[in-house]
Amino acid sequence: MISDLFTTTVLIGILASGIRLSTPYLFAAIGETFGQKSGVLNLGVEGQMLLGAFASFYVALTTGNLWLGLLTAMFVGALMGLAMAYVTVNLHAEQGISGIGFYLFGLGMSDLLFQKLMGTVETVKGFPEIYIPGLSDIPGIGKIFFSQNILVYLAYLLVPLAWFVLNKTTLGLKIRSVGENPDAADSLGVNVARIRYFTIILGGTLSGVAGASMSIALLNVFQQNMTSGLGFIAVALVYFGAWSPIGVLGGALLFSFINSLQLWMQVLSIPIPSDIAVMMPYVVTILVLVATVSKVRAPSALSKPFERGD
Amino acid sequence: MTESTTVKQKMPFRIRIEPRLSEPPAWYPALVSFGALIVALVLGGILITLSGGDALRSYQHIAKASFGDIGVISDTIVKATPIILAALACSVAFRMKLWNIGAEGQFIMGAFGASAIVLIPVLPADTSRWVFIPVMMIAGMAAGAIWGFIPGYLKAKFNVNEIISTLMLNYVAVAWVNFWIFGVWTEGGFQMSPKFPNGASLPRLLELSKTFPAVRGLTTHLGLLIGIIAAIVLWFIIFRSRWGYEIRLIGDNPRAAQYAGINITQNTIWVMMLSGALAGLGGMSEIAGVVHRLQTAPIAAGYGFTGIIVAWLAKLNPLAIIFVSILFGALILAGREIQPSGVPKMIQGIILVCLIASDFLLRYRIIISRGEE
Repeated sequence: MISDLFTTTVLIGILASGIRLSTPYLFAAIGETFGQKSGVLNLGVEGQMLLGAFASFYVALTTGNLWLGLLTAMFVGALMGLAMAYVTVNLHAEQGISGIGFYLFGLGMSDLLFQKLMGTVETVKGFPEIYIPGLSDIPGIGKIFFSQNILVYLAYLLVPLAWFVLNKTTLGLKIRSVGENPDAADSLGVNVARIRYFTIILGGTLSGVAGASMSIALLNVFQQNMTSGLGFIAVALVYFGAWSPIGVLGGALLFSFINSLQLWMQVLSIPIPSDIAVMMPYVVTILVLVATVSKVRAPSALSKPFERGD
Repeated sequence: MTESTTVKQKMPFRIRIEPRLSEPPAWYPALVSFGALIVALVLGGILITLSGGDALRSYQHIAKASFGDIGVISDTIVKATPIILAALACSVAFRMKLWNIGAEGQFIMGAFGASAIVLIPVLPADTSRWVFIPVMMIAGMAAGAIWGFIPGYLKAKFNVNEIISTLMLNYVAVAWVNFWIFGVWTEGGFQMSPKFPNGASLPRLLELSKTFPAVRGLTTHLGLLIGIIAAIVLWFIIFRSRWGYEIRLIGDNPRAAQYAGINITQNTIWVMMLSGALAGLGGMSEIAGVVHRLQTAPIAAGYGFTGIIVAWLAKLNPLAIIFVSILFGALILAGREIQPSGVPKMIQGIILVCLIASDFLLRYRIIISRGEE
């Protein structure tokens, strides 16, 4: 019954899993924010996440070392980022299309490796919950915010960190200038290519972590196409959040709370068609884009290749 | 002793990269695409080998399972049919540099629109095929066009990025269809609708086997003809009509188009609708020619994404799309049986990346000259 939703236990459950489910969105979308701020639209996030999810799961399964798994995911993501950077920066590829190529590659390659190396769905013991002493005992709040696995905490630390780097450091200034006016940045001695390589590889690394956060922390399994569109949503979240890490956080929470609500509705077998709930975040994203498009502006050089005019 | 310096001074070759000023000869783009295809297959082969597979056997298997005999050739063509229409959809939008990533969703909505005629039902189950099929085609195209209109309108009026809006609409389309087949048109609680009546299915070659025994068992359906006609019509629109000229001019040089007084806003909406209608027609053809019921999995199978690759490989040429689609139909068909199962998607990804990268060679000349300087 619908009133079941409004008991304290269920509400706390919904909020706690909402916070937990936002981790992959946050890692992937913050990484994408860096790329887009520097003028590169990376549509391959989904593929990078899938390969990251597989790599971390496989390493964790065979070695029993979760951290080694996480590192592998970062390495694989960075490698995909490197390939993306070469195609984008050096070969001036059309970013909207090449990203779909990287997506299909990651989708197929993770499946191929899964079939060859594992064959059957297995489970690992993922990152355990860390109860922060004192704070986790606070009724309600403790369960929601302070009884999560390590990657959740890291994701939430990443948000202010990304904000700080982008807005308060020289590196951030360079990234933004390369995304706004690469010609001017270039003439002031900023190495446009190097900055973009950096942001795309960083984005790939974080997408790898996002994948790992699903396979070795949230779900603790690897399945074919397990991200099921999450990486594409992460790209949209950057638009949703108006290219600010704080805005991205808001969007990530909206998506993850709706997901969590819908999961609980299924658990409690509430007779509201879940497909309608599934639709909502996508519709909301489009509406937010319409509402904000006159107020916020995308980085001017977004998805435009840079050519040095001699 | 001075070896290192001499090497440096006498570098035998210098490589320079210059933008192309003149159009390359007509055969050149085809050669570059072919080269990219070969590079992609070699890269894919290396990856298959590294992950413990047998690349040569995989490729041989793909060739045999898709072109081995007349029966599988027919199956290949069946797989190619939705790809032709999805790729035509992408090509017309890409021609105007509108990045419609949503052919997938428009395809799904087309299937939904066509199914709605049967399932509501708009036409009774015993309606003649010659009424059913045209009505379903129109409904499929209309539903796809609506799904293209939304991002087109948002792009034209509010400058909402079409990549993001079309991507989002893909997911909305899947959820929309799921809602109807689970909640309203379900067959016994399964996520699929009841089977369509015979009148609502596209004629297949095997139906002629009484008169021509040679076609016994061949599943190729009328959708192929629809796809080919659509390709020819689109070719005429793009290369022989005033509208096509406008679309091409906006794509190549939007500023010049604006000076020439071409209405970019309106064209954005119309082209997205045309693109959506073509993808929707693809969904209709797949549902009426192959699936015969509304069901998500066989409809949302990634045809829209494959369409992107095919459109690009065919250099957005509607007629070339027909032939390239058959190659990709083969890849997908063989992929169903091939082990490991990720190979076709992975190869498609590598092909697309290599193709996009190879466009560099069309825009720039790489000049290798003898040393000095």
